Amino acid sequence: MTQYLLSVWHDYDEPHYADEAEMQKAFAQVDAFNKRITEAGQWVFGGGLEAPSAATTVDNSKGKALVTDAPLAETREQIGGFWVIEAPDLDAALAIAQEASAACMGPVEVRPFQSE
Amino acid sequence: MTSTEHEELVARTYREEYGRCVATLTRVLGDLSLAEDMVQEAFTAALTAWPDAVPPNPGAWIVVTARNRAIDRLRREAKREQKHAEALVVHAPTKWEEVGPVADDQLRLIFTCCHPALAPDARVALTLRTLGGLTTTEVARAFLMQESTIAQRIVRAKKKIATARIPYRIPADHDLPDRLGSVLAVIYLIFTQGYSPSVGAELVRTDLCVEAVRLARLLAELMPDEEEAVGLLALLLLTESRRPARTGPGGELVPLTEQDRNRWDHDLISEGQALVRWCLRRNRPGAYQVQAAIAAVHSDAATAGATDWRQILALYDQLQHLAPSPVVALNRAVALAEVAGPEQALAAVGDLDLDGYYLLHATRADLLTRLGRTAEAVQAWRRAGELTENDVERRFIASRLSALG
Repeated sequence: MTQYLLSVWHDYDEPHYADEAEMQKAFAQVDAFNKRITEAGQWVFGGGLEAPSAATTVDNSKGKALVTDAPLAETREQIGGFWVIEAPDLDAALAIAQEASAACMGPVEVRPFQSE
Repeated sequence: MTSTEHEELVARTYREEYGRCVATLTRVLGDLSLAEDMVQEAFTAALTAWPDAVPPNPGAWIVVTARNRAIDRLRREAKREQKHAEALVVHAPTKWEEVGPVADDQLRLIFTCCHPALAPDARVALTLRTLGGLTTTEVARAFLMQESTIAQRIVRAKKKIATARIPYRIPADHDLPDRLGSVLAVIYLIFTQGYSPSVGAELVRTDLCVEAVRLARLLAELMPDEEEAVGLLALLLLTESRRPARTGPGGELVPLTEQDRNRWDHDLISEGQALVRWCLRRNRPGAYQVQAAIAAVHSDAATAGATDWRQILALYDQLQHLAPSPVVALNRAVALAEVAGPEQALAAVGDLDLDGYYLLHATRADLLTRLGRTAEAVQAWRRAGELTENDVERRFIASRLSALG
């Protein structure tokens, strides 16, 4: 089995959802999806993230801690949430990602974890 | 056997067996890159081993030799591979005669190389490399690209197969229509790149045409119930049948209507037509089958004048419905010219969004010539000439221009 990161990317310059009702619908869909993959034994961990404005970047790689009140990359699209799932191969992971994308109403990037 | 004969034998075996051996080894080892490395090594070993005794089944000899080398390497490299190596010793076939369900292995490999998680251009390069047995240099030459670019593309694709765990298998039934589409598109692309290279000095790249036909044949044999796979094979056979007549004695381009039909390959035509009839009986038309049917109608006519253009036009209408595209609309206009006259065809070509496509301007030029609008025809030929980078096509355009005075 391989673990995959399914990350959801939002364009933070655009509203994610058309209105409140659509947002509630997405939340309900994601709850149902989480329940399903938990029961199927595919769930490892997951959750939604606060907006990038809540992000702080720490860089202590040069021996002196630099703390920046911002996400690392200055791009419109930022990670909005993620799942860690377990699947036997990429096809299985892509099938779960299709479900995830439909549930959260956004594109989902699939990326394998390094093995061992 | 002389050393030259022996080297030729190894080279021929490489051509014929490389794809099968890699496919089988990939199943046994579960690792495409390792399989390729070991098959290469086994062929190198064959150069020294075969002068003494040529094995009865050279392909199986390669597979067994490559497998044994893989076991050695896995044992050497790391402890954690020990169990894997032991499993290979216990479970893998040891007899030369036993190569396993080879056909399925190759089919699995085609689908792996054409996985939608790989970029389309990487799919083509990887398919040619692993199944066609073309070297990276040959793949680069085929697509007139830098060898380093192609090498990078192949390495990256193989790495993604390994790290993202792209499975080595034929997709499940519900995924098959999507995945098969990608495989068919890759084979078709390899063929068209060979049949009319977009750049370069030659009109036809025979090696690519032959390789694409071989892959299409393989796919149709392995999936005899898939109408589109059979349709693609029929299309390639019928198109390939005209290749000998497509160039004149000086290597110049000869358009379809002016070709010497005695030079068409009539064995390929009969085979292609039989496949088209089979498709018609199944009555589940797809884009490749309809294109094959169009090619079959052309191949039926003893002379260009005897071509049943009404039927071709009807087939283009069907194709436009199944797989609408400006290129299909352009080809339909060519048939329309024969049925309804050049005036109507010119009107149909007029609003197509294909300004950068050389055949649009060549078609317009031809229609304008027929309508006696010479000045406009000259302009259209010139525009077509600016857009092609193929030397043979350029010379063809020059000859049409000089005919117009």
